[in-house]
Amino acid sequence: MEFNLIIALSFLFIPISLFVYQLFFGHILKHNTWYVSIIGIGINLSLALSFFYRVFHNSPDDHMLHYRANWLTTGNFNMDLGIFIDNMSAIMLVVVSLVSFLVHLYSSEYMKGDSRFSRYYAFLGLFTFSMNGIVLADSIAMIYIFWELVGLSSFLLIGFWFEKTSAAMASKKAFLVNRVGDIGMFIGIMMIYFVGETHSFNLSDIIEKVKTSEIDSTYLTTAGILLFLGAVGKSAQLPLHIWLPDAMEGPTPVSALIHAATMVAAGVYMTLRIFPILTGDALTYIAFTGAATAIFAASIAITQTDIKKVLAYSTVSQLGYMVLAIGVGSYLAAFFHLVTHAMFKACLFLASGSVIHSMHNSLHKLNDHETDAQDMMNMGGMKNKMPITYFAMLITTLAISGVPFFSGFVSKDAILAGTLSHYFDHGGITILLPIAGFVSALITAFYMFRLIFLTFHGKPKNKEIHKHLHESPAAMTFPLILLSLFSFAIFFTGTINPLSDGSKGWFSKAIGNGHNYVIKVDSHKADAKHDESYDLVHSNEIHSKANSNHNSSSDNLYNFTEHVAHGTHAAHYTAMYLSLLVAALGILLSVIIYYYNKINPNSFIKVFNVLKLYDLSKNKFYIDELYNNVIYKPFMFWSKVSSKIDWDYYDQKFIDSIGKITLSISNKSTKVDYDWLDQKVVDGFGKITHFMSLKLKKMQGGVIQSYILGGLIALIVITLIVKQI
Amino acid sequence: MDSWILSLLIFIPVIGSVAMLMASNSIGKENKNIYKIIALIATGLQLILAAILYINFDPSLGIEESPFTVQVDWISSFNIQYFIGVDGLSMPMVLLTALLSFLCIGISWNIKKAPLGYFALFLLLDAGMMGVFLSMDFFLFYVFWEVMLLPMYFLIGMWGGPQRHYAAIKFFLYTLFGSVFMLLGMLALYYYAPDGNTFNLIELIKQAPRIEASLWGYDMKFLIWISLFIGFAIKVPVFPFHTWLPLAHVEAPTAISVILAGVLLKMGTYGMLRISYPLLPGEVVNFSFILALLGVINILWGAINAIAQTDMKKMVAYSSVSHMGYVLLGMAAVVSTESAGAEAGLNGAVMQMFNHGTITAMLFMLVGVLYDQAHHRWIVYPDDYEKPELAGKLAFGGLASKVPVFNGFIVLAFFAGLGLPALSGFISEALCFIGGFSAFRVLTIIGTLGILLNAIYFLRAYQRVFLGPFNEDYKDLKDMSNRDLAIILPLAFLTLLFGVYPQPLMNIISNSLNKIIIIVQPYI
Repeated sequence: MEFNLIIALSFLFIPISLFVYQLFFGHILKHNTWYVSIIGIGINLSLALSFFYRVFHNSPDDHMLHYRANWLTTGNFNMDLGIFIDNMSAIMLVVVSLVSFLVHLYSSEYMKGDSRFSRYYAFLGLFTFSMNGIVLADSIAMIYIFWELVGLSSFLLIGFWFEKTSAAMASKKAFLVNRVGDIGMFIGIMMIYFVGETHSFNLSDIIEKVKTSEIDSTYLTTAGILLFLGAVGKSAQLPLHIWLPDAMEGPTPVSALIHAATMVAAGVYMTLRIFPILTGDALTYIAFTGAATAIFAASIAITQTDIKKVLAYSTVSQLGYMVLAIGVGSYLAAFFHLVTHAMFKACLFLASGSVIHSMHNSLHKLNDHETDAQDMMNMGGMKNKMPITYFAMLITTLAISGVPFFSGFVSKDAILAGTLSHYFDHGGITILLPIAGFVSALITAFYMFRLIFLTFHGKPKNKEIHKHLHESPAAMTFPLILLSLFSFAIFFTGTINPLSDGSKGWFSKAIGNGHNYVIKVDSHKADAKHDESYDLVHSNEIHSKANSNHNSSSDNLYNFTEHVAHGTHAAHYTAMYLSLLVAALGILLSVIIYYYNKINPNSFIKVFNVLKLYDLSKNKFYIDELYNNVIYKPFMFWSKVSSKIDWDYYDQKFIDSIGKITLSISNKSTKVDYDWLDQKVVDGFGKITHFMSLKLKKMQGGVIQSYILGGLIALIVITLIVKQI
Repeated sequence: MDSWILSLLIFIPVIGSVAMLMASNSIGKENKNIYKIIALIATGLQLILAAILYINFDPSLGIEESPFTVQVDWISSFNIQYFIGVDGLSMPMVLLTALLSFLCIGISWNIKKAPLGYFALFLLLDAGMMGVFLSMDFFLFYVFWEVMLLPMYFLIGMWGGPQRHYAAIKFFLYTLFGSVFMLLGMLALYYYAPDGNTFNLIELIKQAPRIEASLWGYDMKFLIWISLFIGFAIKVPVFPFHTWLPLAHVEAPTAISVILAGVLLKMGTYGMLRISYPLLPGEVVNFSFILALLGVINILWGAINAIAQTDMKKMVAYSSVSHMGYVLLGMAAVVSTESAGAEAGLNGAVMQMFNHGTITAMLFMLVGVLYDQAHHRWIVYPDDYEKPELAGKLAFGGLASKVPVFNGFIVLAFFAGLGLPALSGFISEALCFIGGFSAFRVLTIIGTLGILLNAIYFLRAYQRVFLGPFNEDYKDLKDMSNRDLAIILPLAFLTLLFGVYPQPLMNIISNSLNKIIIIVQPYI
């Protein structure tokens, strides 16, 4: 076996072994059992880095490893499982391994003393296994398999503290809501499988087929949207976003790993994998889903007071950004934001975990079981008590708000530029996409700084609690420091210039602009459109490059993704100035309201509440209630009704009545048989015979003939009766 | 040895029950345990033989070429033969029957009431099931089919729950009703066979399609198909013939529920694949849409009803209705114009038959373990519960922390039931859908709702019984005993094995099923 393959398989083998070990033998080493896990994940991390090292030299289309083996075969039906590593999966492997490693480390303190400590590490192992499976998968069926398995680990981890009814409910909800999306994905997989002559689940085969053969575009659009539905579930997009905020019932490190950095990003990752076969219509659908989610979730995050809920909605909103980026064709920007977001959002969650942990300890000392340790209204002024946590959170907040020098600025800017360029191309209603993008950016900056100010600044809301707060131990702060370091833009762009769009950095070189084999762009139209936008930024150089591309391609069409990349590049400065403006505005508002307390937030609320806007946002637009009353409850009612129909009516009334009818018929026939036929007819014959015999007795003088006559009559009678029956 | 092995598989249980009757006069008087020991030995031997059969089994050989086939005259004046054989279709069913019978003796270990009768009848039932799966002569098949019925009637009717008499009689009459139709179909095949009267199922593959006759204006083949279908559909059970199932499953003792759901239901679909499919391919093609439709109805109707159940056993019973729907959908895919689709569907159907056997056995067994200790199996107490203060309240709660090992297996079984990848239910369901999709797009898309619905009732039950705050009423609940573990581990192992690596199962079945596809496809 190839050496690379062994390394790649170790990404599956090591974590699943950890799962088995911790599940069955985890109790042996007591608390120290976590060392076993962290060593295993540590090995994975270093192996991931060995692949990552090659990312700098490879072009986006190179792949480092593609191995497939037959899993299930009969006749013409084949299902292969395989491992595919290119630059994207190599980077993703590092992200997953790194965050997983840090969460393993962090949890050793956070989960200390939990009665199911080893079980927790077992589930983390199961999750890492499944997530690595999604990253490494070379076929869409294999993605689906591991997709469900991350769902399982998410279920187990959300419900880790299952004694709490809310946690148990949340885990169930997460799994079921995800399954709704998975149905779509499953149908999509079947549709894609039956495309063309040869059938395969393998991604590269599918892409090749779509590239070379003519496929009905409606069919492909439907399949694309259905596949994307899987991502709608997993990446918590509208209208299936409802599970993610509830998932915060899980331990906070889990929220960082699964519900912020990796699993929820799997939807985006999968959509990027199928990007080459997404049609224009499918992309439009995806773009609007992403835009709606981004702005919708952001507008909920403003009013939440639970620190994890704010972050959860922020995650939904940022995932919406990534999806929006895919929708406008910015392949690179989507993946870029996925990676930067993984770093800063994991850090934000872990920092909030540090805050909650400290609050918990303090409340524990005070014997206070009433106060909510996660409610920001109970916090305040924690800056001095927890400086490392504070600075880590501040840095990552700057990153998510899109402030220059930080990673979020670059990746978000790329997305916003993409939306602008998309609008320049398509016009009309697509103006909503950049608007949603910029407005969400504004809101994001606002609520993130609100979170910082409410938690760390100002006067402590409760002096007693505040007194007992402590900075978390090193195992918890080290991940914060490391992750906040990775939130600086320089790690991705390789340049200090904050205004660069990062196109010269290793990241863009490694990922490239992606390919799309379905969308054909008419070069003349595109050129004409772009001339206007190019004028905006005086980018003649790119223009000529576009032309050269045009010349090299045949039949007057040129590459869609190149086209998007040029557009994005062209819109870069416009987008950047605008995004700087909105970020500054958002932060400023937050500073005025929550730092200087110049405006009382309550008066703000009053103003907004004229249109019930505040209530709507605070109550998450009543989506949960809506689903509950419109879908869930009626469905449960229907299931009760149908079970009544099935049993009480259909079976007990209908089926049993058939039995009863049969019974009554047989009762009747018994009557006929016995009372009439037997008692009257047969016995009648008997009586007649008897009567006759009395008469005949006299004749019974040993005359054999008369006996024979009697026998003959009897025989005739019997024969007659038998014939009758 | 080769030619004896199949007969031994069928008759070892019979010998076992005769041995029990003989022992009842001597040893049995002092030691009641002798019966279950004999039963364990008999089913154990049967399982070993099945394993030997599996090891020596060559899936590429048909019935005619197989060294295990036995064909001798039985009632020669009617051309009835003792014709038994094994191919890829029957092999997994034989293994399943042998395994579950053996494990069920373990499940029944604590039967106190009339052990002689129980185990003797159980072994007869076992013999009947084995006989059905091995018979290649329709008459013999029918005899074994009926042989099963009587022990089952008594096992439910005597050792069952409170409503056992009603359940037993309902099961018996329902099945008998089906048998009558099957008998008619069988006799029609016998008399109308163009090259002389025969019950030989292999011979009939060549003859039956050439039947040219009609009755009351209907094509004879159509009538035969319908009557056979009714006979088999009741066993599956196909909607709307399914209502005997929840009742019988709930009232039957645990081991019998396992056998009912694990083996008996499969006889219906097995019968269709063994008899209706190869003998009446033209009718299969005409009927396939209805078959797929019924499959989808089964999937959805079973699942929706399972959601409403408050009794865990009844929930599992309805889940069987739903899961058998996948089999029907997969079977209907035989008419797919895409050969990959037809193969996926038919192979998926048979894999689902096997996998559902192991999964549902786990489910019933686990519910039984809980029932033995708690003496009830409500998820939520029903509204008309005997203690009105409890009505509508959660019956259990938070068991996961009290019985962690049990909880682990419940998670495994429930997630296998809802079709989680890496557990065997997933791949067979997925194949049924893929097959179904290639032939009946819209229907299958509606059917995929089952993916969600099946998850709803399993997760709801899991959450309400095992999660949440611990219900102190059950503080004396004990975790699984070693015997329970010994019973469930083989099933759990198979569920995991065929989930992670289903190819061994596929290797057994695919040759035989692809032959059926070849028979049916020309009629499309």
